[in-house]
Amino acid sequence: SDGATIKPKDRCIEKVLVANRGEIACRIMRTAKRLGIQTVAVYSDADRDSLHVKSADEAVRIGPPPARLSYLSGATIMEAAARTGAQAIHPGYGFLSESSDFAQLCEDSGLTFIGPPASAIRDMGDKSASKRIMGAAGVPLVPGYHGHEQDIDHMKSEAGKIGYPIIIKPTHGGGGKGMRIVQSEKDFADAFLGAQREAAASFGVNTILLEKYITRPRHIEVQIFGDKHGNVLHLYERDCSVQRRHQKIIEEAPAPNISEKFRANLGQAAVSAARAVGYHNAGTVEFIVDTESDQFYFMEMNTRLQVEHPVTEMIVGQDFVEWQIRVANGEPLPISQSEVPMSGHAFEARIYAENVPKGFLPATGVLNHYRPVAVSSSVRVETGVEQGDTVSMHYDPMIAKLVVWGGNRGEALVKLKDSLSNFQVAGVPTNINFLQKLASHKEFSVGNVETHFIEHHKSDLFADESNPAAAEVAYKEVKHSAALVAACVSSIENSDWNESNLGKLPSLWYSHPPFRVHHEAKQTIELEWDNECYSNGSNLISLGLIYQPDGSYLIQEGNDSPSLEVRVTQVRKCDFRVEAAGLSMNVTVATYLKDGYKHIHIWHGSEHHQFKQKVGIGFSEDEEGVQHRTSSETSSHPPGTIVAPMAGLVVKVLVENEAKVDQGQPILVLEAMKMEHVVKSPSSGSVQDLKVKAGQQVSDGSALFRIQG
Amino acid sequence: GTDSRPDPFRCFRGLQKGFCVGVLPDGVDRNSEAFSSNSIAMEGILTDLRSHIKKVLAGGGEEAVKRNRSRNKLLPRERIDRLLDPGSSFLELSQLAGHELYEEPLPSGGIITGIGPIHGHLCMFMANDPTVKGGTYYPITIKKHLRAQEIAARCRLPCIYLVDSGGAYLPKQAEVFPDKENFGRVFYNESVMSSEGIPQIAIVLGSCTAGGAYIPAMADESVMVKGNGTIFLAGPPLVKAATGEEVSAEDLGGATVHCNVSGVSDYFAQDELHGLAIGRNIVKNLHMAAKKGMEGKFGSSNIEYKEPLYDINELRSIAPVDHKQQFDVRSIIARIIDGSEFDEFKKQYGTTLVTGFARIYGQTVGIIGNNGILFNESALKGAHFIELCSQRKIPLVFLQNITGFMVGSRAEANGIAKSGAKMVMAVSCAKVPKITIITGASFGAGNYAMCGRAYSPDFMFIWPNARIGIMGGAQAAGVLSQIEKATKKRQGIKWTEEEEEAFKKKTVDAYEREANPYFSTARLWDDGVIDPSDTRKVLGLCLSAAANRPLEDTRFGVFRM
Repeated sequence: SDGATIKPKDRCIEKVLVANRGEIACRIMRTAKRLGIQTVAVYSDADRDSLHVKSADEAVRIGPPPARLSYLSGATIMEAAARTGAQAIHPGYGFLSESSDFAQLCEDSGLTFIGPPASAIRDMGDKSASKRIMGAAGVPLVPGYHGHEQDIDHMKSEAGKIGYPIIIKPTHGGGGKGMRIVQSEKDFADAFLGAQREAAASFGVNTILLEKYITRPRHIEVQIFGDKHGNVLHLYERDCSVQRRHQKIIEEAPAPNISEKFRANLGQAAVSAARAVGYHNAGTVEFIVDTESDQFYFMEMNTRLQVEHPVTEMIVGQDFVEWQIRVANGEPLPISQSEVPMSGHAFEARIYAENVPKGFLPATGVLNHYRPVAVSSSVRVETGVEQGDTVSMHYDPMIAKLVVWGGNRGEALVKLKDSLSNFQVAGVPTNINFLQKLASHKEFSVGNVETHFIEHHKSDLFADESNPAAAEVAYKEVKHSAALVAACVSSIENSDWNESNLGKLPSLWYSHPPFRVHHEAKQTIELEWDNECYSNGSNLISLGLIYQPDGSYLIQEGNDSPSLEVRVTQVRKCDFRVEAAGLSMNVTVATYLKDGYKHIHIWHGSEHHQFKQKVGIGFSEDEEGVQHRTSSETSSHPPGTIVAPMAGLVVKVLVENEAKVDQGQPILVLEAMKMEHVVKSPSSGSVQDLKVKAGQQVSDGSALFRIQG
Repeated sequence: GTDSRPDPFRCFRGLQKGFCVGVLPDGVDRNSEAFSSNSIAMEGILTDLRSHIKKVLAGGGEEAVKRNRSRNKLLPRERIDRLLDPGSSFLELSQLAGHELYEEPLPSGGIITGIGPIHGHLCMFMANDPTVKGGTYYPITIKKHLRAQEIAARCRLPCIYLVDSGGAYLPKQAEVFPDKENFGRVFYNESVMSSEGIPQIAIVLGSCTAGGAYIPAMADESVMVKGNGTIFLAGPPLVKAATGEEVSAEDLGGATVHCNVSGVSDYFAQDELHGLAIGRNIVKNLHMAAKKGMEGKFGSSNIEYKEPLYDINELRSIAPVDHKQQFDVRSIIARIIDGSEFDEFKKQYGTTLVTGFARIYGQTVGIIGNNGILFNESALKGAHFIELCSQRKIPLVFLQNITGFMVGSRAEANGIAKSGAKMVMAVSCAKVPKITIITGASFGAGNYAMCGRAYSPDFMFIWPNARIGIMGGAQAAGVLSQIEKATKKRQGIKWTEEEEEAFKKKTVDAYEREANPYFSTARLWDDGVIDPSDTRKVLGLCLSAAANRPLEDTRFGVFRM
């Protein structure tokens, strides 16, 4: 019949399998749907109820939660495509997106791989090889060593030749995984071995390259696109300098404070790089820009659609997933280089489940309250989760990407800050407050970005525990919020009780204000400030709530402080209009129960605070001597105990039990989200109760060992 | 249901639904002299009342409160607040019990009692105030405790005992220990209520010595707080005196001993808040569906209700200060019933007694209010209406403002005593919930016929302007001075006009003092003084508590015809 005579290549893609999860899978399917292309999702057991599964026309289970058994299993994904009759596979980013083997497998099976040719992935995937090719194509390179000789002594001598500081990178992979900066020769061996291990764990290849480390660099990358007809164009650059743990958190397009000439040179270099490997489809050429000399050097090429592609989409007004599909279908690029428009400025902030004060360690948990900011023509939210979903330890902890557009950088920045303050997440710690601080920093506002931005401005960006004045200011704000929380929670509780007893007791028993004979009803509410920044000092706030006849509250902190008059109007389930001392504002309060506590989050203006409250009989049933738990970390462990800073896998234990160690000496290595974290001894002494072994999974807060001084 | 605008089509719409709704008129002349003088007088009375209340709310004084706090203990009302559903109402009883009753002040009689919900179950709370004489039992403390138990037993309310008491007040042992209505009765009541399936729950938050030890021991379930809660028949000093054994209070009768070893207590609490949380949990787990007699409910109730059309605060200006002043009781009724909708019964007959049906917070009630002295017809009408409500299981609300039955030859000849007896018989035997509010005068047999304390109303409250007594001071002085005059005359003693006036004044003063609502409420002749503007709410709360009562058929005695 017809099917037999038409070659697959002559047909447009009608059904696409998205070999990915989370926001990118959702985002790809959105465009596919708009183009009338049917969608197939794949999922691991951990993602059975995920948004990307629900968003797809069909979904295929591909295995257990660990990525190597599911999302990285090329063969299983090929089977899923065969089973559902998908003609194309979109790999998204991460997972198999830069696997030349997988791209080759697709090509060999007659499936369209929506991405570059396998050869280009292979060329660019090997960092050493790619640099050789780039060097030959005249693209500027950072001085470094990209040789095959990986012997540690040889590497060390090469490092010496380049001159410290140097950076160590795995030749395969990306996303900052396995990267190490070495300041001096004595640190080389540790860093080198760690990078090798991480590279092996993440990418299966442990070859390493060395490069000169640029002290005040900017990370600027160029979006390029090629078609199968030999056209390559660039769509301007993005500045992704602001990074933590070598991962981008705020990106913008176009890059601030660069000249048109610089822009043109950068674009041209990127196009040359792509041409040198016969590139088609979407790609990104990353450059490191030395702000001291205004030189740019080729770093690497990412042969996929990048996480931060939306910022470029926003300024050029194009849908890159659509372009990818059209290119995959064999169409030429829809516009030429001179036709690429540029309008305004866009930011992307990556919202992660992570523990900022603990060094941005990934966090896991349930999104008990999840309300992204409202989207509009200039505010985009790319997310793959919904309220109630779990951020698991199996995958990247990114919750969402917030993308905003403005007529110029200043306008876009205003919108970014506003959107961040209206982005509500409760249940897992996030970096939203931190992003807000970043976006509000005066150096950021004038575009003075560089890759060490966070480190250089850490005193502004992180709460300084040793500064009691700052803590006092923070505490004052928090106490005001606590008063609003008390009023809102009381109002919620009151209506809850009223509802649950409807028809059982006359509502009079739950009227507002509650009835008392000859006096005002008073309620005492104790809130524990769930404070991520200031660990010292008392965090217990005791509030007296006096119900006023007109339905408002008088709220007192302690006994002698002046009372605050608060009036609460519930607008929707979690939303309130609150008037406090004559100032009225929108307030959102979300609550959830966890570990015997009621956790309460409040958002108002640009503030977000969290509190917890002991509920019911959530006490230890032990009879004697057990203090009430104050925090999960200090509970029940003997003094000197070191607990796991995150859930993860013990990859290496470096010392024996009872060993004598110095302060700062590495004791063991944990890995989570493919990120290694060295647990060091906080003081000198002997290691006790070291019970964990390599290969063992530990949960957040569990005891690892103890140091006896 | 809070539409407060008058609706001209209300009656028409009511007719469409098949019943006629009589909307009471406002009935108040805001420009009258009585209105303004009453307002001013009531303001003074309420100021006075609030100053008394302020004192009793402070408990046993600053020092004692401080000492209490230093032991990580809450005050009794705070303890109750923590037990109640958050933000719920609490109907406190007899706040002014013990007021100027003894030489030393005894705020609230040393015990806080009242009704409120825990997990939607209405409970009776009885909380010792350890800041008042160490929470010991004076005679009035026992009376108040027994009254709370009486209400609980009748309304089948689970009892929550918040125990923190040194036991009986020893100097007054003769008044607290031996008699029927003395300390022993507390445990008797606990046992009987337990046998009737009314849960008895004790939370031991402080000492619980001697007789007090039986409160948790008799309870169905008891909680003890580590450190503060102790239970023993004899404390360490007495033990040492008796046996020579030296032992600490905690080792002798602390929570560990009683929860781990003796089994006197069932739940071990780390601290007070924990103990109170356990208390809430116990109530949550009561399986109240299993309780007896709860199949039916008195009256009928609607969740939807309308507020009265007129401002309830105007009751402060309606309440008469001069009891000779006449006013229409319908102006009170109009301010306490739903939508001011009153279906009056026998409106044209026996007009000094107003009777009719209404709803209060959706709960159907029969209301009986005085509109002048009781005549034959009014008493007969009252008896008739009480029979009607008893037959239909409708709770009764009595609004007392009564100087008495009509006297004089004509009234006697018409058999006023017989008519009065019918009403008293009806009131006594009616098995429906009865709630009495003294709004003005409560004198003589009028007090009886209108369900005074002796007629066991489920609840009884008094307005602060009210007066209660066998008769007015002036009348009593008149009667007594006539008798005295006659005696003096027989003895041939001359009684000057000044002497007679002095005699009369003494009587009037004594009567005024004893007729005062503070005198009444201090002795628990009522369940509390209330602000007139709280009347509707108090009635609503009482009715809902009394709605728990099992339905009973009324059997009247022999009516004298």
